[in-house]
This record gives sequence, C-alpha cells and structure tokens, in this order.
Amino acid sequence: MQIYKSGVVTDGVKHSMNPFCEIAVEEAVKLKEKKLIKEVVAVSCGPQQAQETIRTALAMGADRGIHVEVTGKDYEHLGPLQVSKIFAALAKKEEAQLVILGKQAIDDDCNQTGQMTAALLDWPQGTFASEVTLEGDKIKVVREIDGGLETIKINTPAVVTADLRLNTPRYATLPNIMKAKKKKIANMKPADLGVDVAPRLEVLKVEEPPQREAGVKVETVEDLVARLKDTGRI
Amino acid sequence: MALRNAAFRLLANSQKCATALTPRAQGTVSAQHKDAEEVSKPSSKPSKVTFDWRDALNLEGQLTEEEVMIRDSFRDYCQEKLMPRILMANRHEHFHREIVSEMGELGVLGPTIKGYGCAGTSYVAYGLIAREVERVDSGYRSVMSVQSSLVMHPINAYGTEAQKEKYLPRLARGEILGCFGLTEPNHGSDPSSMETKAKYNSSSGTFSISGAKTWITNSPVADIAVVWAKCEDSKVRGFILERGMKGLSTPKIEGKFSLRASVTGMILMDEVEVPQENLLPNVSGLAGPFGCLNNARYGIAWGALGAAEFCFHAARQYTLDRIQFGVPLARNQLMQKKMADMLTEITIGLQSCLALGRLIDEKKAAPEMISMLKRNSCGKALDIARQARDMLGGNGIADEYHIIRHVMNLEAVNTYEGTHDIHALILGRAITGLQSFTVGK
Repeated sequence: MQIYKSGVVTDGVKHSMNPFCEIAVEEAVKLKEKKLIKEVVAVSCGPQQAQETIRTALAMGADRGIHVEVTGKDYEHLGPLQVSKIFAALAKKEEAQLVILGKQAIDDDCNQTGQMTAALLDWPQGTFASEVTLEGDKIKVVREIDGGLETIKINTPAVVTADLRLNTPRYATLPNIMKAKKKKIANMKPADLGVDVAPRLEVLKVEEPPQREAGVKVETVEDLVARLKDTGRI
Repeated sequence: MALRNAAFRLLANSQKCATALTPRAQGTVSAQHKDAEEVSKPSSKPSKVTFDWRDALNLEGQLTEEEVMIRDSFRDYCQEKLMPRILMANRHEHFHREIVSEMGELGVLGPTIKGYGCAGTSYVAYGLIAREVERVDSGYRSVMSVQSSLVMHPINAYGTEAQKEKYLPRLARGEILGCFGLTEPNHGSDPSSMETKAKYNSSSGTFSISGAKTWITNSPVADIAVVWAKCEDSKVRGFILERGMKGLSTPKIEGKFSLRASVTGMILMDEVEVPQENLLPNVSGLAGPFGCLNNARYGIAWGALGAAEFCFHAARQYTLDRIQFGVPLARNQLMQKKMADMLTEITIGLQSCLALGRLIDEKKAAPEMISMLKRNSCGKALDIARQARDMLGGNGIADEYHIIRHVMNLEAVNTYEGTHDIHALILGRAITGLQSFTVGK
C-alpha cells in the first residue's frame, strides 16, 4: 500500500466487510432465523467492488442487497455524514423497522454513521450493543460503556450499532454461498435518493506516524528529571 | 479485545484490508522501511502490474467470484478453528472426530455431488477447499478426501437410489463417517490380485465377505466402510459394510509417524454377512475403485500444494526474522535460491491444477491427467517441505514450527493413492503404449 501526502492509495488492496458490520449482519440473520423479523436487506455504498461485500452478506443469510454506487472522487471523500444521509433515505424508502450496522469502520474509526443516521431519521439509537432483544414493539439493548454495561429500552423503528461481543459471525457455508448468486442486488445512485454526497470536510494531509526513535540512557535520577523537563513532559 | 474468535477475525480482517499492517504485525523492520519510502503520487495511467510472490501468476484473477468466496470462507474456518488444534492433535496422535461434523455444517463434504444435501459446486472449488485444509494438515485433508471422494462418491456414482437416500445426507452432514477398503497387507500397488472374497449365499440373499484391508483412513472410528472384494466371477465389486455387523473389526494401526492427526487402521472381515441391498450394483471390475481414487487424487493434487505453500511462507518468514552474522538469513543466496525454486513449483503446480479442474468441470479430463498432477504436486511438495525444514535449522525439527509435521505427512501423501513411481508407470504406458507394471509381457 502506498501513502501519499493527501490520502492512501487503495488500488489493488483487497477489501473485505468491516468486521463490526459482519457482526451486525450476523445479528440480523439470527433475528430472521428466530422469525422475529421478516427480511434482511444488506446495503453498501461504494464502487463496483462493494457488490462483493454485499454478496458476502447474502451468503451469510441476508435476503437481498442494495448497492448505492459511489465512485471516483465522490468515493474518496465519502464520509459518515454522506453515508448516513443515504441510509436515512433508504430506511424511509424501504420502510425499515430496524437499521443495524457496525459501531465503527476499521479504516477510519469514525464511529459516527449509526448515530448520524438515527439523528437524521429522528429515531432512537442503541449503540455499542452487546445484546439485542426484541420485546414487542420495543428493543432492549445492552450497551458496552466505559463503566460497564448499560441496559436501555428503545422504541422501534430504531438504529442499533454492533459491538464486538454481540455475537460471533458464522462462516458462510458452501450451499449458502451458491444460493447467494441468485439473490437480487438492486443498483442505485445517491442522486436517485435525493442525496448530495459533496464532501463537507477537506483532508489537509495524511502522514505516517513518526518512526520510533531510539531511547536515551541517562546516568542519574537528576538527569532523568532534567531531560523530562527539557522535552516538556513534566 | 476480549473474545478470542471475534478478535482473531478482526485482526485477520484488518490484515486482509491493508497489507501495510502485515509487516508491522510480524515485526519485520526491513519491509516496514520499504513501505514508508514509497511516497509516490497516484497517476492517471493504468496501474502498474506488480509481482506478488503470494500469487505469482494471478490465480485469483482466474477464479469466479463464487470460488473466491468459497475459498475465503473455508480458509477462515481452517485458520481459526483447525490450526489451533493441530499442534496437540499431531503430537498426541488424537483424531478430533468433531471436525467432520464441523466441515459437514459448512457443506464442504462431497461438495461436487448434486442433491442429497450436498452443495453441487465445481471441481475447482473442491480443489480450493482441499488446498485450504491441507495448508493446516494433510491428515485433516485425508479425512475430508476419504469422506467426499472415497465414500460419498462411490455411493453417488455406483449406488442405488435407496443407498443414496440412506447414506449421502448423513455423510454430507458429517453425522456418519465412512472409510474406503481397497488396499490389503499383500496388495497395495497391485489391487487386482486382492485376496478379499465375497461369496453369494442365495438362500439368505447375502454376501459373505472375508479378508483383510490395511492402511484404511478413519476405519477404527468409521460408521460405514465401502469395501472392494472379489466375487466368484473374479470381478471386483463394492459393498457397504456397517459397524456392528458380525465378524467385522477395525483395529488401529499404532506407531504411525505420519498423518497422526487422523486415525488409520485395518478392516478385518471374518465371514461378514452383507445384505444384497448393500452391494453397489452399477459398477464391476477395478473401474469402480479407480474412479473413486481419481476423484480423490485430483483433490490431493491441489491439497499437497497447500501444504507446500504453508512451508514456503513459514520458511520465508523465519529467514526474514532470524539474524545470523548480523543479517537476516533471507539475505543469503542459498536461502533465496531455495525460495525461488519453491515459488516456481508452487505457482506452476497451482496453474496446472486449475487447468485440470476446469477440464474436469467440462467433462474433458482423462485419468492420466490426474495421475500426472497428483504425482507432480506430491513430489514437489515433499521436496519443498524438506527444503523448508532445512532452512529452519534446529527449530525445523520442533513441531511448534509445524514444518516437520508437513514433512512427515507428505511422505504418506506422496505414497498413498498411487505411489510416485506407480503414477510414472501410468504415464509411461500412456506415452509408449507399453505397460511396465508386470514382468514377462
């Protein structure tokens, strides 16, 4: 992979489903297997390759897919705000009762899309979920927070974001991978949903963390304290 | 990160997403420096083709999306669920019967069979599956090959509808485990002179089978056995024997130094009464067992290269990490030459296996093609494993580094399903028209 001054070149780098989103897909498929929900629709925004990721979701058990095509410069600058607008528009269009996604993407670590989607839809949100239980027209969500676990009950329709311990995603079985070929993936563009994906952020620069430098040995404690003061550490 | 499985997946996934992470995670200083130096701007020209030692002739680009997904999903299972078990399984010669059920759940048993709870996928996919499982261990792949090609395949190809309904779904799920009885203590390369006999008893409508089979993968714990015996008309036929039949015993073979993670034994038959409906009616003569063996040999051709790939990658990493005389071992010409040879043979081998798989899927393959590739893959893989063992020096004999286990396993893999030399005779006959199996003619 090459890193240049204003971004990361991803040509030829193999992409795969965000691990937290994999956990989200697994949770959705589990809910369907328990017959608590009717249909699982897998959505991804991006270039042609995004279809492979959708197909992985179909192989895990999703019923159909929606690929929102975003390419070139638009894709380079696609961020949580634009994606949440797309998700919000789709959720309304599909009359979804539950939008479930990973808590954050491991390439940008933003941790914003779920929350923004809920805000745009004015829906309740259950984020960092480690347990999700459907109770009638409400959802009980156990959230992982700094202090431990918090249990909340939210109304549907709602947005839930998946955390690590929510479940262990299944391996796609051979028969399911083959069935996935026949499941439909609908194609559309952000404009079809009335969404403008123009960036609101400008990336000034991207650089690697500095090379780790060798340490310095000092003879006495006084030296150590002096050094720490010099470099502004204390 | 607390949960082992998901955390492992996350790490593995981030390595898939961004190859730059790999050198850092494995601590190779040299590779890290190289990445930092490549600060170049993106150009509008078509992207430059770079050589990838992991996939030198772009096998990936020749696979369908479905084949890639099948391989990736199964590779994850093998690395996350099989790799952690293999060290102790091999050291203590313990067979994890559960893996058969796990593989059954994933739908990878009998994958090319259509119907009866099987996936019905391509032979190329079967090959990719075999390669991933043998990357972990040849013993595990042997178990899978036996179940898929040597038990499910004969029932599917030569059995009655009733037999297929009765056995195939349960074999596919890994609910029951099968074994294949052809080889005898006195007849290995020479199955046509087998001594196991099947006598038909018309009053009871049963066959009485007596004889001994040896080197049978799975037999000590198998639920059924597909046994080949000579009938009174001197023709070899296949019979399905079930555990519990009187006169049938399956002692374990002790003292094996190869394929220790799978269990091997004998099938001893002392006038075992086998009902008529357990005869496989749609084949007679050696074409039966050979059809099965060719099916398995194809998978082995792919599989052996998976083991070779593991040894190659492991030796590469070790020689990059180990510093002697102030430089990594990989800096040395002798090491690089060995790796160049490994890379070449593996790459060429995989391309040939892909070509063969496509031919089989088009029903345009002949048995000699399979012989040629089984022989090539096994011979080259054994050599690669031995070279890799050598590159690791003293550490190369420790099972923690895994390579010695592959060396031991590949000795058996090179020998079973037709020895290296026997396949040479099959090819020699095809080349010259003259058979050289027997003397005198």
